[in-house]
Amino acid sequence: MTSATSLQWKTYALLAPIVLFASTGNVLLGKGMKQVGEVQDWSPSGLGGLFVKTFINGWVWLGIGSLLLFLVSFMVVLSWADYSFVMPASAASYAVATLMSHWLLGELVTTLRWVGVAFICLGVALVTRTPSSSRG
Amino acid sequence: MRTALCLSLVVLGTTGGEVTVTHAMKKIGEVRSFAVRSLLSFLRRALREGWFWAGIGLLALSFFSLLALLSWKDVSFVIPATAASYVTGAVGARLLLGERLTPLRWAGILLVTLGVALVSLSG
Repeated sequence: MTSATSLQWKTYALLAPIVLFASTGNVLLGKGMKQVGEVQDWSPSGLGGLFVKTFINGWVWLGIGSLLLFLVSFMVVLSWADYSFVMPASAASYAVATLMSHWLLGELVTTLRWVGVAFICLGVALVTRTPSSSRG
Repeated sequence: MRTALCLSLVVLGTTGGEVTVTHAMKKIGEVRSFAVRSLLSFLRRALREGWFWAGIGLLALSFFSLLALLSWKDVSFVIPATAASYVTGAVGARLLLGERLTPLRWAGILLVTLGVALVSLSG
């Protein structure tokens, strides 16, 4: 295997945890913040109270943990790969989240959303056909 | 207005933060081994890199704006609406990191942006 091919496969291997942890983290944070409730009082004491409520919410911490794992995977892959390669390629998380919500949670997915997912998949396919590092 | 402001902070904070973190990682050098010791050594070097902390500061700004936004807007709106960061990220990679973006990569990035926007509309 040439060095460029090995680099490309190494990049693909790290894109998997990036996609998984990013989508999981965002869903968990969303669930946690809905429990915390809407920001209605913008005074320092109101924001302080919201801050405390946010940081004692278990879903928020699970989301933060997932996003930290995402950050470490992201840092490692960026030590060799282009940001302009990794960033769009990780958008595969939208397709994964949609497929998971449809197949595992039985959620209704509209035609427009499927079209959007198809565009994302096509875009990710094009980006991943380019070398992961333009430094050679 | 507050939604537009928070969304701008999320998008620009993400792009600025990720471009800065990328610069820091390139300075540290390629991770060649996935052994725990080698990964810990990589993380230690990252934690001593000033650019890394500047990037984390921008990502923190983006993160807290995201948390605030999620308290009054649905995930199905907020996450797809950050699609603009794909375009700002590509511009940042070209101008600030000097990456070479081929027409094929630009086409892919634009398709991803369009796809994420469509997913957003259907939310």
